[in-house]
Amino acid sequence: MPLNVLVCVKRVPTTGGRITVTADGQDIDTRFLGFTVSPHEECAVEEAVRLIERFGGSTAVLTLGPAQAVEQLQDAMALGIDRGILLETGDEDWDPSATAAAIVEAIRSAEADANAGGEPFDLVLFGNEAADTGDYQVGIRVAQALGRPCVSGVKALEVDADAGTAAARREAPGGWEVFGFPLPAVVTVKEGINLPRFPSLPGRVRARKKEILRVGPARREGGLRKVRLHVPKEQERAVEVLGHGPDAVPRVVEVLQRLGVLS
Amino acid sequence: MIVGFVEHEGGQVLEASLQAITLGRRLAEQLGGPFHAVAVGADAAAGADRLGPFGVTSVHVVDHERLDAFAPAAWAQGLVEVIEAVGAATVVAAGTERGNEVMAHAGARLGAPMAANCVDVAAEAGDADGSLRVTRQRWGGSLLEDAELAGPVRILTVAPHAIRAEEASASVAATPSVERVTPALTDADLIVRVTGRVEAGTGGVSLAEARVVVGGGRGVGGADGFAELEELAELLGGAVGCSRVATSLGWRPHADQVGQTGTRIAPDLYIACGISGAMQHIVGCRSAKHVLAINTDPEAPMVTRADWAVIGDLHTILPALVGAIRQARTAATGVP
Repeated sequence: MPLNVLVCVKRVPTTGGRITVTADGQDIDTRFLGFTVSPHEECAVEEAVRLIERFGGSTAVLTLGPAQAVEQLQDAMALGIDRGILLETGDEDWDPSATAAAIVEAIRSAEADANAGGEPFDLVLFGNEAADTGDYQVGIRVAQALGRPCVSGVKALEVDADAGTAAARREAPGGWEVFGFPLPAVVTVKEGINLPRFPSLPGRVRARKKEILRVGPARREGGLRKVRLHVPKEQERAVEVLGHGPDAVPRVVEVLQRLGVLS
Repeated sequence: MIVGFVEHEGGQVLEASLQAITLGRRLAEQLGGPFHAVAVGADAAAGADRLGPFGVTSVHVVDHERLDAFAPAAWAQGLVEVIEAVGAATVVAAGTERGNEVMAHAGARLGAPMAANCVDVAAEAGDADGSLRVTRQRWGGSLLEDAELAGPVRILTVAPHAIRAEEASASVAATPSVERVTPALTDADLIVRVTGRVEAGTGGVSLAEARVVVGGGRGVGGADGFAELEELAELLGGAVGCSRVATSLGWRPHADQVGQTGTRIAPDLYIACGISGAMQHIVGCRSAKHVLAINTDPEAPMVTRADWAVIGDLHTILPALVGAIRQARTAATGVP
C-alpha cells in the first residue's frame, strides 16, 4: 500500500555563537544570518522521504511563513519531497493556535482537492518543537482538530502500510516508551530518528520544477502575543588560558586534581 | 483559581513539578484565591502531603481503570474535567516532555492558549479579563520572550531549573484535601498509550548524569579521532559527548549529542575539544559547573565561555594529557 505523507516545517535563522535582537525588541537581528528549518524537522523530512522510498506514494511539504520560506520548501523537495504548500504570511506573528488553525485548514483542503490528487494524508509529520519559538504544541493542536491520534517526541517509527498501523518509540527516563497506533495519525519527531541525507545537485535541479501551491491564509487571533524579546544575562566567566599545546598539560592535570576528578 | 498539574513517580513528586507549583503559588498569592493541584494515578494521593507546604489546599487525583499506562490525550481529558469542575482560569505545569505534551493536549481540547517553558509570570496590572504577562524561553533559553497570555483559560509550563522550588510560609501550610476524579474517557482518548517499555542498556556512564563529560566537535576531524576522547573519558570515569556537527556528519550516534536537540548535561567538569560553541551546543552544556576548552581558536565562543582553555591541536594535547594522567596515577598509587 502506497502512503501519502505530509511534513510541516518552519523557516528559522541559522544562529551561530550568539543572538542579537533588533532595536525594537521584536525580532532577532538576521542581517548576517542564513535560514534553515529546525533540526527536528530536517529529520521529519528525511523520514517522509524514506517512507515513500519504501512504500511508494507521495509526499508534500508545508510551511507557514514569509514568501522567502519557498527556499525551505525547495530544500525539502531537493531531498525528494514531491510538492510544496506555502501558507504565506506577512510580517505579523502567528501564535501556535493561529498556526495550527491555518495548517488544519490547508490539510483539509489538500485532502479534499481531488484535482490536485487529493487523498487523506496517512501521516502528518512535525518536528517536536520549533528551534526558535519552542512552543511544543502545534502538531498536537492540529491532531486534535483533525480528530487523529498524535504521538510526540518520536525517535523511531515503524509503519505497516498494509495494515494501516504504526509503532513509535521515544526516549523515557532509563529507556524507551513504545506506542502502537492506527493511521491516519500525526507524529512529531525528534532529531536522532534518522541521519538526514544531503541534497544532490540533480535533486536541486528537480526541485525547481516541482509545484508549490501558494495560499494566503486568514489569521485568527490567538491568545499568546509576543511583547518583546531580550537576551538573558549570562554569567561572565573570565577564561584562564592554561597554555598552548602539550606544554599546558601539567597545568591541566593540576586543575583536574583540584576538581577532584582524578581520584 | 489556579491549578497546578503535578507529575510524580509512584507518589514521589518530581522536582520540576515542585518548581512549577512554586511559580503557580506565587501567582495565586498575587491574585488571591485558592491553589489546587491535579495528579494522575491512584498512587498520586501519596504525594499530597508533599504539596501542602507548597501552598496547595486541595489535590484532585485523576484515576481510571484504563489509566494504568501513560496516555497523553486521556491524561489531558482528566485535567480538563478538573479545570471545568473547579472553574480554573490558569493552569501551571512543569515544562518536562510529559508536562508540555499533556498541557498542549489540554489546550487543544479547551481551545486555550499555552505558553511553554516560562521562567516568570505575573498578572497584568489593572487588566479585568485576567490576562497574564509571562517571560518564556526561546531557542532553548538563549533568548527570552515577554508575552501576553490571554483567554478564559490560560495554560503555562515552567522551564525546568529556571526557578527554585520553595515552600510557602508556615501559615499557609496545611494538609491538602484529596478529591478523587474518574474522568469520562472515550476509546479515542486511549488510542495513543504506552504499550511497552524497552530498558536502556546498562553499559557505561549516562551522558545526562556523568560527573565528567569529554565532548568533541568538528575539530576532532572524524569518527576515528574520538578514540582519544574515549580514552580520556574512561580514565576520568566520564562519558563522551559531541556537538551537532559530529552527529550530522555521522561521526557519532545522536545519543551522544549535547545540545538543544540532544542531551542537556550538568557535569562537574566539561572538557570541550574542538568545539566552536554554537548556541545550539551551549544550550546543552550551560549547566556544567566547570568548563575546560581545548581549541585552536582562542576567540571561539566555547573558549571565551570556559573557565580554562588550552590553545592548540587537540590531537597533540589529548595524548599528552592521557599520558600525564596515567603517570600521576602511577606516582600516587604505585600501580600503572
